[in-house]
Amino acid sequence: MIPVVSARSLIKRYGELTAVAGVDLEVHAGECFGLLGPNGAGKTTTVEMLEGLLPPDQGSVALFGLPWHHHAQELRERIGVQLQETHLPAKLKVVEVIRLFRSFYRNGPTPEEIMAAVQLDEKRDTWVSRLSGGQKQRLSVACALAGSPDLLFLDEPTTGLDPQSRRALWDLVTTFQRAGGTVLLTTHYMEEAARLCDRVGIMDHGRVIALGTPAELTASLAASPAHAGHFVDREPTLEDVFVALTGRQLRED
Amino acid sequence: MPVLAPARSPSRRRRDYHPLWQLTLARFREFLREPDAVFWTFFFPILLAVALGLAFRNRGEDPVYVALLRQPGADSIARLLERTPGLHARVLPADSAALALRRGSVALVIGRQDGRYTFRYDPSRPESRIARLVSEDALQRAAGRTDPVATTAEQVREPGSRYIDFLIPGLIGFNLLSTGLWGVGFTVVQMRKEQLLKRLFSTPLRRPHFLLSFMFARLFFLAAELALVLSFAYLVFHVPVRGSLFAFAFLAVLGAFCFTSLGLLIASRSRTLEGVQGLMNLASLPMWVLSGVFFSTERFPALMQPLIAALPLTACVDALRAVMIDGAALLSQAGEIGVLAAWGVVCLGIALPIFRWR
Repeated sequence: MIPVVSARSLIKRYGELTAVAGVDLEVHAGECFGLLGPNGAGKTTTVEMLEGLLPPDQGSVALFGLPWHHHAQELRERIGVQLQETHLPAKLKVVEVIRLFRSFYRNGPTPEEIMAAVQLDEKRDTWVSRLSGGQKQRLSVACALAGSPDLLFLDEPTTGLDPQSRRALWDLVTTFQRAGGTVLLTTHYMEEAARLCDRVGIMDHGRVIALGTPAELTASLAASPAHAGHFVDREPTLEDVFVALTGRQLRED
Repeated sequence: MPVLAPARSPSRRRRDYHPLWQLTLARFREFLREPDAVFWTFFFPILLAVALGLAFRNRGEDPVYVALLRQPGADSIARLLERTPGLHARVLPADSAALALRRGSVALVIGRQDGRYTFRYDPSRPESRIARLVSEDALQRAAGRTDPVATTAEQVREPGSRYIDFLIPGLIGFNLLSTGLWGVGFTVVQMRKEQLLKRLFSTPLRRPHFLLSFMFARLFFLAAELALVLSFAYLVFHVPVRGSLFAFAFLAVLGAFCFTSLGLLIASRSRTLEGVQGLMNLASLPMWVLSGVFFSTERFPALMQPLIAALPLTACVDALRAVMIDGAALLSQAGEIGVLAAWGVVCLGIALPIFRWR
């Protein structure tokens, strides 16, 4: 079966800095794949290359088996993208923003259906600037869902949200996945990754340094000789794996 | 939940709205929900017209002030000059008279020496030359001169030949330029800063639709803007539109297209508001000075005329003025129309491929 996302030897440099230093990645249909890593590990750069927003210096990306450079328009119809820091137009109402994004796609649900799905129907006539952080984030995901995508990209979708909003977003992702959608998300929260993702990749210094299901990664940590005796009283978590792989030093943004 | 169902699920429907229309509506709504922008677009040209209209209004005849040197008999000469309407004479000692002349509070100093009058004035000042002629005429008539030929004066003050008539089409052109550059430039760069352009770029939205939405939104505002300024000019200053309204509207639309393209080109790469502001000033300042908004371009040297004529604002203002004041036909403005269309097409043609979406 053709993978939904397939990236080969992606490299992206910014002057002296190599942000992404050879990433290979495959995401399969119906999967939720999580890309984890400290700040500056190259997650966002990688995701933007997968989304067709940033051309790689080397390597290739294909979605649904179609390479970006020949099928850009078609691929954009089939993916939904939520970016880390997009400010949607502050003075537009929720329904107006959704209708706007809906109009960009050939096919998809009606604006009313989209609003109901992200539980923003009560806020339909509220200006974007007056929404809470969680509501803004749900609106952002709603815009990504406007074309009934087969593949959804979420870049740190829950950063800065309160626990209720975070759970509401998780429910959205799960619903989307249950209906057959494929998800690729980045996150800083190990709990989120453990809960949502079927497989995760841990990135550091522009490379994927570990890849597998959350269970595989924690099991390999518990079994590694270097950590023998660390986990006698408790099971290792994904966070233990993350810290063991990427170290304890603070990273610059 | 079938709503979010991806793949080829039956809940997929065709869209009900055209993206260009939705984007134009968004532009339109965002603008109307920004009271500052509405004020500057619609009321600024009117404020400017009022201010300049007051400053350059056609008053009656300007009074002429002259000084007489304090000499024996000066007072009776002053009384004699005062009999001429609009002529005001004061008797001053020599040093005060010299000071008053330098400061411009009198236009002329009259003295008397050996039975003849002396006039001291700066011939480069038009009001001084008038003061001299009026004073001399009064003195000569008082001394018994008679006119060999009879004359009558016919005073003209018809709409169409005043400064305000010249100014209104200039201000309309000027406003087309400012709203085209600032309205588009700031909005685009703000959207780029806030990652909204990148977000749009990730959707199947056709790139030209995005740029065209700015043009379409401008047309809505243009109609309101023109109606407001033209009716204000007509009601308050009695400035007529002599040519056809259709020709006038056509030129305004073409001007708006041209300046919106220029705005898009200027904003096509900038990442900061400061950067785009600098570029917009660089593009618009020369046109404000050179393009004949406030005064005739004929004041500039002949060498510069071809350059001035090639500027889009010159073409816009000249054509609007020709239609409005002279009642010119649209076809007679073919050259100006060509200049505007060429600028618009070239700017848009360059902006589209180099536009930075990130």
